[in-house]
Amino acid sequence: MFLMYLCASRIKDMQPDHIPYSFYPIFLQFCVALTFVVLVILGTHLLGPKQHGKRKDDSFECGLDSVGNARNPFAVKYFMTAILFVLFDVEIIFLYPWAVNYKKLGWFGFWEMLVFLTLLMAGFYYVLRKGVLAWEEKHRE
Amino acid sequence: MAEAPPGQSGPGFFATSLDSVVGLARKNSIWPLPFATSCCGIEFMSTMSAHYDLGRFGAERLSFTPRQADLLMVMGTIAKKMGPVLRQVYEQMAEPKWVIAVGACASSGGVFDTYSVLQGIDHIIPVDVYVPGCPPRPEQIIEGILRIQDVIQSEGVRRRDSEEYKQLLDQYLVK
Repeated sequence: MFLMYLCASRIKDMQPDHIPYSFYPIFLQFCVALTFVVLVILGTHLLGPKQHGKRKDDSFECGLDSVGNARNPFAVKYFMTAILFVLFDVEIIFLYPWAVNYKKLGWFGFWEMLVFLTLLMAGFYYVLRKGVLAWEEKHRE
Repeated sequence: MAEAPPGQSGPGFFATSLDSVVGLARKNSIWPLPFATSCCGIEFMSTMSAHYDLGRFGAERLSFTPRQADLLMVMGTIAKKMGPVLRQVYEQMAEPKWVIAVGACASSGGVFDTYSVLQGIDHIIPVDVYVPGCPPRPEQIIEGILRIQDVIQSEGVRRRDSEEYKQLLDQYLVK
């Protein structure tokens, strides 16, 4: 640390004022930390013992042989339901502090929330019309 | 704090062999993979919890994937149908790895001298330490951990690359 301070003070003498020389020790410390991490990660990979084999490199399935590929296509309905849940979840997060501060915000807050909900409900109507939430697919002729 | 290995010391420095430093680091940071199938597993839960506290020996971090585990702790009866599963879990552990057989069943089949039970896990994987008992008390499991620490401390850095170790794995048909 003392060495860093010395370096910083020396640089202070040499450099013009617009360079943030007081951050130099932090920069040095960052470099040391990064070097340490990279060295340790590389070191463990290069020096550590390794055994490779077909079964060893197979994916871990609690000791059972893995069957098939994990990247199978599945119905988009699951994804749509999950992402819609997140959307309305976030809506609740906005609604809650609004409801707590309802009196303080007054009519302004009311109209703002109405605009927000209208936009959201327009999206919800679109989702309903698209039939995203219809789990059982109807066979239209 | 861990005791320093034998070495040369002077003002401001300490020199010792790489083997003993690596052994010291390895033995005091064991990540066990519990493979608990019956009552020895219950004793192990007690060993892990506050009263006996395996964390005192640097082994509080249980790993439920073999990729990050050093020590496979087999606790309980291993049926013959479970054998291939146990072997694959052992095979998929990263080097270096050790195995401890806890209890009579894992060590020798125990009272289950029958057609369906494996008569000791050393039929399928190499075992470093056996803990007797049916089931063993937590003190005995801790004793087993201490003995495995001795094994780890005395193991050289080069052992896992040696021809002898490869022959051992071949002997157990570990792929």
